Amino acid sequence: MEKTLEKIKKLTGSKAMAQALKQEMDIDDSIFIMGEDIGKYGGIFGSTSGLYDLFGKERVMDTPISETGFIGAAIGAAAEGLRPVVELMFVDFHGVAMDQIYNHMAKIHYMSGGNVKLPIVLLTAVGGGYSDAAQHSQTLYASFGHLPGLKVVAPTFPYDIKGMLIAAIRDNNPVVFMFHKTLQGLGWMDQLDASFGEVPEQAYEVPLNKSKIVKSGEDVTIVGVQMMTVEALKAADILAKKGINAEVVDLRSIKPIDKETILNSVAKTHHLLVVDEDYLSYGITAEISAIVASEGFNYLNAPIGRLAIPDVPIPYSRVLEKNVIPNSEKIVNAVEKLVSV
Amino acid sequence: MDNIRKKDLLWMYRVMKTSRCFEERMEKEYLEGKQPIFNIGSGPVPGEMHLSNGQEPAAAGMIVHLTKNDTVTATHRPHHEAIAKGVDLNKMTAEIYGKKTGLSKGKGGHMHLFDPKVKFSCGGIVGAGIPHAVGAALANKKRNTNWVAVAFIGEGAANTGAFHESLNLAALWKLPFIVVVEDNSWAISVAKENSTSVPFNCTRAKAYDINGYYVKNNDPVEMYKVSKEAVERARNDEGPSIIEIKTDRYLGHFQGDPELYRNKKEVPSLIKKDPISKLRKRLIKANYVTIEELDTVDSLIIKEVNTAYEFAKHSKYPEPAEALEDVFC
Repeated sequence: MEKTLEKIKKLTGSKAMAQALKQEMDIDDSIFIMGEDIGKYGGIFGSTSGLYDLFGKERVMDTPISETGFIGAAIGAAAEGLRPVVELMFVDFHGVAMDQIYNHMAKIHYMSGGNVKLPIVLLTAVGGGYSDAAQHSQTLYASFGHLPGLKVVAPTFPYDIKGMLIAAIRDNNPVVFMFHKTLQGLGWMDQLDASFGEVPEQAYEVPLNKSKIVKSGEDVTIVGVQMMTVEALKAADILAKKGINAEVVDLRSIKPIDKETILNSVAKTHHLLVVDEDYLSYGITAEISAIVASEGFNYLNAPIGRLAIPDVPIPYSRVLEKNVIPNSEKIVNAVEKLVSV
Repeated sequence: MDNIRKKDLLWMYRVMKTSRCFEERMEKEYLEGKQPIFNIGSGPVPGEMHLSNGQEPAAAGMIVHLTKNDTVTATHRPHHEAIAKGVDLNKMTAEIYGKKTGLSKGKGGHMHLFDPKVKFSCGGIVGAGIPHAVGAALANKKRNTNWVAVAFIGEGAANTGAFHESLNLAALWKLPFIVVVEDNSWAISVAKENSTSVPFNCTRAKAYDINGYYVKNNDPVEMYKVSKEAVERARNDEGPSIIEIKTDRYLGHFQGDPELYRNKKEVPSLIKKDPISKLRKRLIKANYVTIEELDTVDSLIIKEVNTAYEFAKHSKYPEPAEALEDVFC
């Protein structure tokens, strides 16, 4: 790729997704999309905007509210050699189709001894912070990361969203591609700088198994994912003014998890805080803590810090919700406690 | 048997007989290492075992109309369908024995048989294979083939959400899709009349504005006729169908099932009208074949089944570390 020829535009998260899908669908006829309101509407969170007009209803297929039916159909179509992309509108709806996802999509490659390949991308919107309450605000990163056979990614910034979606579409394994509603850059949600970023116009891949250091520092490692990375970066600015230089790792890939980047960072900073917008127990914070405790124990100068939703359903009222989802203020407090040990 | 090709009838006989012979052998082999105390995890064939004795007409009467390009998804009771679809019998048996030479190198087992060469798969979750067949039918339609996809299910699966979501999708998209409901009267221990709001699942076709067919008396010849029409319609882009066949489960839900829920006289009365014996008599009566010729067919089947069991038993187990392979490709 000639650097001088590279065209870069600023795109929102949702436009980065739509562009990735368009570019891959242009070069591969076997790709098609199924989901609820992904046709003319363009996806409730804009992930397929404009694609219906470009590719028509045969390749951008609105489905009935039948997640078991169409996610199961994606499995059948993938086994026949097509490359379906399916959208589960909110990750919270996984319950109605989880059998297809974890008993079939995740396991058929293994149960067939590698003879059946399922190149499926399962798009799903995650995250809270806008008073959508307990059934529309979860991330459930760990619920999917727990299941063998699924790659699970959760990119934060438009550059990674496009590159990881292209990599997901090209991957021959099922990939759960989680996009955060607040990072889609939608006009009807909070406007965040993070949801608007530079994206090269041509197609490119970002690996599905690598975390990224989005701010380097020496005093403490903060691992975040999606909105928690955004909050960690905000916290790092505040901490810098207090003389604490934080390193922020954007996890990006839930499964497989990039141990190396995390361990190398902790080896440098000797302090670790993991921040998650999922539930506390048995989640990402526990997983990363276990990895560092067992493989990087000697790096640590202080106990590992964990911030996550404190094992309650996500409440509706703004004041309540704000209390349970970690934010920059809570991160600053937690880091200050951690480095003072 | 008018208008049915002799060749097709003989094929159906051979497939049904092979399946029966395979299952009868499995019924015995399965008990190895499980006597006198039955432990489901013991012996060379561990785990659950669901045998299809009695249900062969459903598989044979439908699959006689299919080619290797047509897709079949089957149930947790899959051997008759797998054999009819042409799944490699040696590899299938080896898979059931957990051997490296099995279809999935020992990772699937009896309920999870995958043979993409003949487009066959099955699974252990009731109703879950239906949307997979819908997806295969969708792929067939997208690629402008005239291939069809058939989901075999039990009558219990017709009450799952997957059944209804799938039929709505298949009808909405007018897919070359057929669901065959093998009504063996029992969803494990629950009788159909205690689980299903309609006496016949084929009448549910009305709800999706598609064709519904019923085959009574576990009759392979009727199954043949009805399936022929449904498959032709699917190939001609005339949409999906439901076929329900009244069939019979001679054995328990699984081997080791005490069947306390079932009248002890039921099975002997079913075996009296066994469809394989009946077809055999009909073939001879119609002068399609002599007794001697059928005896020769039978002995070849026994040989084929013996070979499969020998192959399975003499194959090696996978290395333990192979458990960590094949999660991703």
